[in-house]
Amino acid sequence: MAIRVQAGDFDVGAEYAAFTAGRTSVGGVAMFVGLVRDIAGGAAVSAMTLEHYPGMTEKQLETIEEEARRRWPLDDVLVIHRHGRLEPGDRIVMVATASAHRDAAFESCRFLMDWLKTRAPFWKLEATPEGERWVEAKESDDAAAARWAN
Amino acid sequence: MKILYFAWLRSKIGVPTETVDLPAEVATAGDLVEWLKTRSPRHAEALANSKVVKVAVNQEHVPYDHPISATDEVALFPPVTGG
Repeated sequence: MAIRVQAGDFDVGAEYAAFTAGRTSVGGVAMFVGLVRDIAGGAAVSAMTLEHYPGMTEKQLETIEEEARRRWPLDDVLVIHRHGRLEPGDRIVMVATASAHRDAAFESCRFLMDWLKTRAPFWKLEATPEGERWVEAKESDDAAAARWAN
Repeated sequence: MKILYFAWLRSKIGVPTETVDLPAEVATAGDLVEWLKTRSPRHAEALANSKVVKVAVNQEHVPYDHPISATDEVALFPPVTGG
């Protein structure tokens, strides 16, 4: 189990290698990596600053991981989420799940991202040619999280 | 009580945290939001639309009818946009 909230970048290959090292019962790993896009809502984005609530962020991510483990038979879970100033193309978030079978790995990876987007206390501030603007929450994110209700 | 503000709530109110003495009639998270609106025009403007003002008590998301007490850590913030 690992939850990491950090300003620095991460190496996806190195994280995958460490995540799977010495594990022979794992039949599949699902990974999602979120990146900063250079366009949002029709406006060019030159940078994005992620603010978070230290303490609550880690607590919420741990709760989300516990919920994933309750629902699926997982060998391990990794969540890395960055904060601070990022530029287009930069990695923001990585979720990896390991299980004996692919369904549990795929589904729990998606669940972790969907829940994280609606529960982990991060806020994105975008820099655009018209100035800075806070990203608004999307109803589609609420709908994605609601699929996993109960 | 210590109150934390994040994202545009922090910039609109103008401070990241403040410590307040709660009047006895403030018993829930929703009461607190209403009471904070009376503290200044900046508070009133920032907190005007309660649909986009979320509350956490002791680092857990809570509904507006959640009880609060003076020793709680309370945070107010817009809907989250991470991931």
